[in-house]
Amino acid sequence: MSDTHADVGGHVKLYIAVFVALAVFTVLTVLASRIQASVPMHVTVALVIAAVKASLVAAVFMHLKWEKATTLWVILLMSAVLFAVLMALPTLTTEDLPPGVHRGTWG
Amino acid sequence: MSADTLAYTVKPHPVTAMYSGKFGTWLFLASEVMLFGALFSSYVLLRVGAPAEGPGHWLSHEEAHLSWRIGAFNTLVLIVSSVTMVMAWVSLKMENLAKAKLYLTITVALALLFLVIKLSLEYYPHFKHGLVPSHSNFFALYYTMTGLHALHIIGGIIVIAYFIGPGSALWGRDPEYYTNRIECTGLYWHFVDLVWIFLFPVLYLL
Repeated sequence: MSDTHADVGGHVKLYIAVFVALAVFTVLTVLASRIQASVPMHVTVALVIAAVKASLVAAVFMHLKWEKATTLWVILLMSAVLFAVLMALPTLTTEDLPPGVHRGTWG
Repeated sequence: MSADTLAYTVKPHPVTAMYSGKFGTWLFLASEVMLFGALFSSYVLLRVGAPAEGPGHWLSHEEAHLSWRIGAFNTLVLIVSSVTMVMAWVSLKMENLAKAKLYLTITVALALLFLVIKLSLEYYPHFKHGLVPSHSNFFALYYTMTGLHALHIIGGIIVIAYFIGPGSALWGRDPEYYTNRIECTGLYWHFVDLVWIFLFPVLYLL
């Protein structure tokens, strides 16, 4: 990276802002988990908050906000796609159960 | 450039458009996404497949004796350590090695605090009460995921400690190279933080 001193000095405020946001989102995710709601609702809210937090860390602390190299974005795109495949794999098992076996009964 | 010197430690590589350490670190992190991704995938598989009640059911947090307070506190510990890690890099950009070393030392201290909390308030009491990996699918996954994460914390501590100690001699020879190595260490450290950001709600809240 070829940041000058002034650039990096400007980063610091952003780092502190991200820290505050991460702390607030941590409190939010705990509060949200205590509200009466369905399991899918809880999972969605918790994962959305976690994804926002993770994006903040990646964009600011890991400097992706300032990265322009195409190679890097290709690597990230590939891992995002493969990660999605990994997370989709468990759904195959519930779509293809033997006769008489239902979701949640084969543990 | 002599044969024993790494190429493109500071200047961007013509093909990747970034210095090679950063390229390598990101490739490594991409493989880490797959490693942890497989475990999260296993978590979904085992949880969705568990019976609603009776033998083999998925443990609630009460049954697992996992306190969200400890998990949330450790989340904050790691978030603060990410800030100190990135501040170490900023200090080097400002050409202040002493300040950078101070920030790196705080980062190591926070990482150790995370481990002490994990071991003394969670692993140890759990083991004492028979909540071992063979107890249930939940605990098998809990120990695999948090254990692998803890190994990453230990790895981070070793690398950061090296750059506070003998590794910092590089600053005298090639400050930009040293600064870049700290940036790469930071990339890894923030990733470890990022994994915990997902582990916390998945294991303690859902």
